[in-house]
Amino acid sequence: MAPFLLLFGTFIVVPVIVGILLGFTYFNSIEFPKWAGWTNYQMLFSQDIIFLQHIIPNTFKFALFVGPVGYVMAFMLAWLIAQLPSTLRVWYALAMYTPSLTGGLALVVVWQVMFTGDRTGYINSFLLNWGFIEKPILFTQDKDYLMTIMIVVSIWASMGLGFLAILAGILGVDKQLYEAARIDGIRSRLQEIWYITIPMMKPQMLFAAVMSIVGTLKSGGIGTQLSGMNPTPDYAGQLFMNHIDDYAFTRLELGYASAVSMVLLFVTIIGSRFLWYLFGPKEGE
Amino acid sequence: MDKMQIWLVLSLTLLSAFMLLPLVYIFNHAFKPLHELFLFPPTFFVEQPTMQNFYELLSLTESAVLPVTRYMLNSLIVTVLSTIGMVVLGALCAYPLSKHEFPGRKLIFGGILLSLMVAVETMGIPRYVIVKHLGLMNTYAGHVLPLLALPVGVFLLKQFMDQVPNELLEAAKLDGASDFGVFRRIMLPLVTPAMATITILAFQTAWNNAETSALFMQSDAMKTLPFYITTLTANLANNVARQGAASAAALVMFIPNLLIFIASQRKVIATMAHSGIK
Repeated sequence: MAPFLLLFGTFIVVPVIVGILLGFTYFNSIEFPKWAGWTNYQMLFSQDIIFLQHIIPNTFKFALFVGPVGYVMAFMLAWLIAQLPSTLRVWYALAMYTPSLTGGLALVVVWQVMFTGDRTGYINSFLLNWGFIEKPILFTQDKDYLMTIMIVVSIWASMGLGFLAILAGILGVDKQLYEAARIDGIRSRLQEIWYITIPMMKPQMLFAAVMSIVGTLKSGGIGTQLSGMNPTPDYAGQLFMNHIDDYAFTRLELGYASAVSMVLLFVTIIGSRFLWYLFGPKEGE
Repeated sequence: MDKMQIWLVLSLTLLSAFMLLPLVYIFNHAFKPLHELFLFPPTFFVEQPTMQNFYELLSLTESAVLPVTRYMLNSLIVTVLSTIGMVVLGALCAYPLSKHEFPGRKLIFGGILLSLMVAVETMGIPRYVIVKHLGLMNTYAGHVLPLLALPVGVFLLKQFMDQVPNELLEAAKLDGASDFGVFRRIMLPLVTPAMATITILAFQTAWNNAETSALFMQSDAMKTLPFYITTLTANLANNVARQGAASAAALVMFIPNLLIFIASQRKVIATMAHSGIK
């Protein structure tokens, strides 16, 4: 354990503490940081209109959809895959994990073909042919559509590590328990899931839940990748991370960017506290 | 197979086909001749497959000081060292957190959880300063050490270890096993699925990591493949040259990820077939 903690301390704890301190400074990456106290935070909550009007609502909307839906889907898919003969499992698991495995690169290409803004895009040409619309929709540039598309794409790509952990967890539940339960009067598969599978793999469920909230709150590349710009059109798909990137690497106001990421950290902590309350080990367990 | 399974296989196959689209795309893209690469909208399937892109990737660096194989070798060394390191250290850290009572245990675990949630951007600059002061610039250690502490790994492994009943470990101790013996002979085999899952993640993290090359390595001879590929693709938006090499490189980068995933998932499923815990 000691070596891990040593490295953990050097490369994670110390940088994080410095990061927290940077949040209280004015830092443009060239001059030495100047102490600024709470100015960054005051700015953020009183004057940063983009942050208040777009970033916060967008992030919550995004996380509220993608988190729970992705999580439930991950569990359902993992459970279904676990019902199959073992020779097939690897391949289905691979298929579900592929979007996470290939990362942003393929994600953008696949979905851009779908949502291309002229009549060559699949969805546009379908809608045109069937007479639903008169002229092609610029899906990824339109502020009315961008968020919805981001949500759909993110759910598609959300079968990541949490999904793998759930799959391993479900497969790890002892088969004898199911037999015992059948004798005790459990009949349907749903009862099996509710009374045996989920309680037996609580630690994995908690892991997947925390990973899902961390993942959705920390994601942000999608909007910029789909629309091809940061900031996204009319800030329609602007999330926390885009805001941080915008300030850190475009405007080089690193102190301010650090302050924003501290707020993000705080939100994430509250989110996972809540999950811990839902799924975590209770007293006396 | 009963009726339900057949139905299940059918619907999952349809869904899988959809999920596998990026894979199909990457494979086909790498073999497309130049004129097909620029079709708009992009096509999924290659019409006239060619090996041209791979030759281009190899020949690009012929005139340069360093051949592309040097980056591949670097990547290989760094990835192997860090993957093993991440998995081993993660397990060694998770075991006491899960099964030993000691003061500060909750605090440490809380800290690890917390670090999961920090945005990477905040850590960039301080990390750079630390690596510089430790004298790790331009060394393999500079690639490997910053990656080794993998909080996700510890978290996942601990969650799996929590499931192993204490009685089992106590029984082994009564039979005369040392603490490390219990860890190696009892705990590790029981959490193989978690270890396999973490291997996938560790490998992906290390193999795709271009950050340490960009920040900590000034000497070109120490940079890794993903970094090299970002230099290929950096100004590609309006650039016709090298698109082919980039698409071939994407495939080269991707295949190891795929192989590790398949190997590890097999391990997960094989362990399940004959595990006798609980």
